[in-house]
Amino acid sequence: MIGIVDYGMGNLHSVSKALERLDTPYVLSEDLDTLSACEGLILPGVGSFKDAMAILRKKKMDVMIQQWVKEGHPLLGICLGMQLLFAESEENGYTEGLDILPGRVRRFAGKTRAGVRYKVPHMGWNILRYQQPNQPLVKGAEEGHVYFVHSYVVHADTPDVVIATANYDGEVPAIVGRHHVFGTQFHPEKSSILGMQLLNNYVQYVQERQGERSDSF
Amino acid sequence: MLTKRLVPCLDVKEGRVVKGVQFVGLRDAGDPVDLAAYYDREGADELVFLDISASHEGRKTMVDVVREVAGKLAIPFTVGGGINSVDDMRQILRAGADKVSLNTAAVKNPTLISEGADFFGAQCIVVAIDAKWDDRLQSWRVYTHGGRQEADLEVTAWAQEAVRRGAGEILLTSMDQDGAKTGFDLALTRAVNAVVSVPVIASGGAGDRQDFTDVFVQAGADAALAASIFHYKETAVSEVKDALRKQGVNVR
Repeated sequence: MIGIVDYGMGNLHSVSKALERLDTPYVLSEDLDTLSACEGLILPGVGSFKDAMAILRKKKMDVMIQQWVKEGHPLLGICLGMQLLFAESEENGYTEGLDILPGRVRRFAGKTRAGVRYKVPHMGWNILRYQQPNQPLVKGAEEGHVYFVHSYVVHADTPDVVIATANYDGEVPAIVGRHHVFGTQFHPEKSSILGMQLLNNYVQYVQERQGERSDSF
Repeated sequence: MLTKRLVPCLDVKEGRVVKGVQFVGLRDAGDPVDLAAYYDREGADELVFLDISASHEGRKTMVDVVREVAGKLAIPFTVGGGINSVDDMRQILRAGADKVSLNTAAVKNPTLISEGADFFGAQCIVVAIDAKWDDRLQSWRVYTHGGRQEADLEVTAWAQEAVRRGAGEILLTSMDQDGAKTGFDLALTRAVNAVVSVPVIASGGAGDRQDFTDVFVQAGADAALAASIFHYKETAVSEVKDALRKQGVNVR
């Protein structure tokens, strides 16, 4: 069973519909016990980092998710949900994140080093480049286009957490992860066939890991 | 690098797609869900549904349509038409749409843009502008109410204000070119693209494949929207993409 963390931010409906298309049992819940009983979690999210963290804290979901990861259970953050995995963001003022992966979230500059203006948000279809093609999330998938919508970008402290990138004024971390924790900056549930394949990879990973625990965090 | 997006637009009235759509192999040519799935398979990058229902019941039906479409579609879609309040936006977004498009309501009440952007994020808020050239004033003017009323606004100024208030994207329709099939309004698209920092979707006037290349290469549009050229299968999305690729335009 996959648990989708419902904290009132973002398009939960499209994530749950995508899981239905994959014939994957899921539960959409804000109840900590219900979520804890799942085999894998998905943390979706659209909106502002600060608001999201405030809600997660209020609902005590921050501690629950950190504990979840410590106990070795699989987690996938999508879009804002991926950014929340990192240490901090500068969106609407400095905000601490879940601090599960090392790095921080900064706004796209909107201008290249050479001074050429570019559009923010990074919105539309961009091509993935796999930096770690053997990671479970991308294994067996061809590099292809996925759908991005974001104005803030992750700056990872170490390259080992960057699984795939997309080029937009530099290499944008598109898939991140370490051990049993993953994040996608793009929306797999909106990324046509490739998106569904990546989501399915996560589902498979969760199913294969059932019962296994890693305590690497 | 981001690809240029092709965006078919479907007009929906009382829950049914209108404007004779002629596809072979479709069970029901008026079914928004079937059509959405068709365009997804064809390689459309995104879809826009424009609700042209006049009645309150029609609007309610649209929410059901959105929910059904969201269940089938694995690409993003925008819903416009008749969205007048944050509550309207919430209903459509909660039903599974990725973005809402505001037109007349945003002109009447510009704070609606910022309210929507604050609540749901700027990426959800598209501001649609219907533009028409005014020879006397030598500028493009904003029209509302489906192009029936002129607002006292100049297009590039309004586009900038919309972005300042939180619009994540501008859907720019040329009323001069709409339906003419002689190509997008390149000057208009260029003018708006030059002053806003968010993506611009050009709309109105697509007649053949070359028109798409022109609006991307010459006017810098990020996306191009078209209705009849795709619906009547004058050219398929995939054919337009092949033509774009051959001319060096980056597409999915």
